[in-house]
Amino acid sequence: MNGPMNAAPVAAKKLKVATTSLAGCFGCHMSFLDIDERIIKLLDLIEFDRSPLTDIKHCGPCDLGLIEGGLCNAENVHVLREFRSNCKIIVAVGACAINGGLPAQRNHLDLRDILEEVYQTEAGLSHGGIPNDPELPLPLNQVHPIHEVVKVDYFLPGCPPPADAIWKLLTDLLAGRTPTLGHGLLHYD
Amino acid sequence: MNDTNNSFQLDGEDLPFTPGQTIMQAAKAAGVYIPHLCWHPDFPAHGSCKLCTVKVNGRFGSSCTMEAQAGMTVENRTAELDDKRRTMLQMFFVEGNHFCPSCEKSGDCALQATAYELKMMSPHFDMFYPDRPVDASHPDILLDFNRCIMCSLCVTASREVDGKNVFAMGGRGILGRRIHINSESGRLADTDFALSDRAANICPVGVILKKRKGFAVPIGDRRYDKTPINEQVKEPTA
Ligand code: SF4
Ligand code: SF4
Ligand code: FES
Repeated sequence: MNGPMNAAPVAAKKLKVATTSLAGCFGCHMSFLDIDERIIKLLDLIEFDRSPLTDIKHCGPCDLGLIEGGLCNAENVHVLREFRSNCKIIVAVGACAINGGLPAQRNHLDLRDILEEVYQTEAGLSHGGIPNDPELPLPLNQVHPIHEVVKVDYFLPGCPPPADAIWKLLTDLLAGRTPTLGHGLLHYD
Repeated sequence: MNDTNNSFQLDGEDLPFTPGQTIMQAAKAAGVYIPHLCWHPDFPAHGSCKLCTVKVNGRFGSSCTMEAQAGMTVENRTAELDDKRRTMLQMFFVEGNHFCPSCEKSGDCALQATAYELKMMSPHFDMFYPDRPVDASHPDILLDFNRCIMCSLCVTASREVDGKNVFAMGGRGILGRRIHINSESGRLADTDFALSDRAANICPVGVILKKRKGFAVPIGDRRYDKTPINEQVKEPTA
């Protein structure tokens, strides 16, 4: 585990990394934190920009953008575009960013029917009416993966990708290598 | 190459064969992996998925249907062929609904294991998200057509082994072609399909699933989680 990190040509300037969770469950971010104490080593080499971990709200120029989740509403699309225009490298992290994931299992259903069932008709749920606050981003008719909207440089499958796969991707990128995952690290589930 | 009686070259190695064997059969007997989805050792080749495409003396051909000939030169795991195979896999993934995290077949699935072997990192193309209703009518078996790759193995097994003809392939085009159930209602419950049928145990992906068997083996401990598919050529197939 130590090899790639020590061998990396450590830039004098730390790499700027931004992360976000779009239509995801934060599981990929939790798996990222599962790199455990390796994060201390990582913080010698990178600096977080916009991320749920920093609570910075907008993305500045970055070397790397890690995107968890697919696109289920208009805001997701705006955030993704902000990342793409600011990050040199975009990585789709996890099943939802890559193929829409479990949220896309709603794609064969009519959006209005879903909202009506959840907010108005289904027994046992509160019938407060379909939320219509202007602050709320409008849902898309279907959930889509991010590569259908912006160019994606690398993909890291998994639901979530294991911490060791995230670590492998980061150490490969920091060392200037094309990231690769061997058997056991490449998983779709 | 007169001294190559009953052997041919596969990726530069001599491979023996018995006359009448296909390239795929000879490779399997020798423990050499040629990626494939619709071929099953117990049945005649269907030749539909094209994943097993190799180059024979410089020309493309399906290794599951082409007879081995003495002295032929066959390319298999070259970058050119694996690139094409990966693209075909990506088409399989986008034309169905493959949500592996919620699929009971995950870890035991030939499509998924082949995609791991070919290092498929993304679906690459735009998703189709077709509407393919499930059939949960049968008391013991669930049919989730979202994951069907139209390999036809269930059709063949039900007809040839079980003598029942429960399944048939019908319709045209990516969104029209599908497996049909041979009953008045079109539902599996109205056939004599049974858990013990060969066809109930043949699907290489997560369509024909036994009810009440979910997670009997945990994710991570399943067949292809432990050993990659290219190292299981000689293992028995379902
Ligand atoms: S059938 Fe295979 S590839 Fe499709 S969702 Fe299930 S495990 Fe994944
Ligand atoms: S249901 Fe399974 S066995 Fe039948 S055609 Fe589809 S993928 Fe093949
Ligand atoms: S395995 Fe040969 S065409 Fe499908």
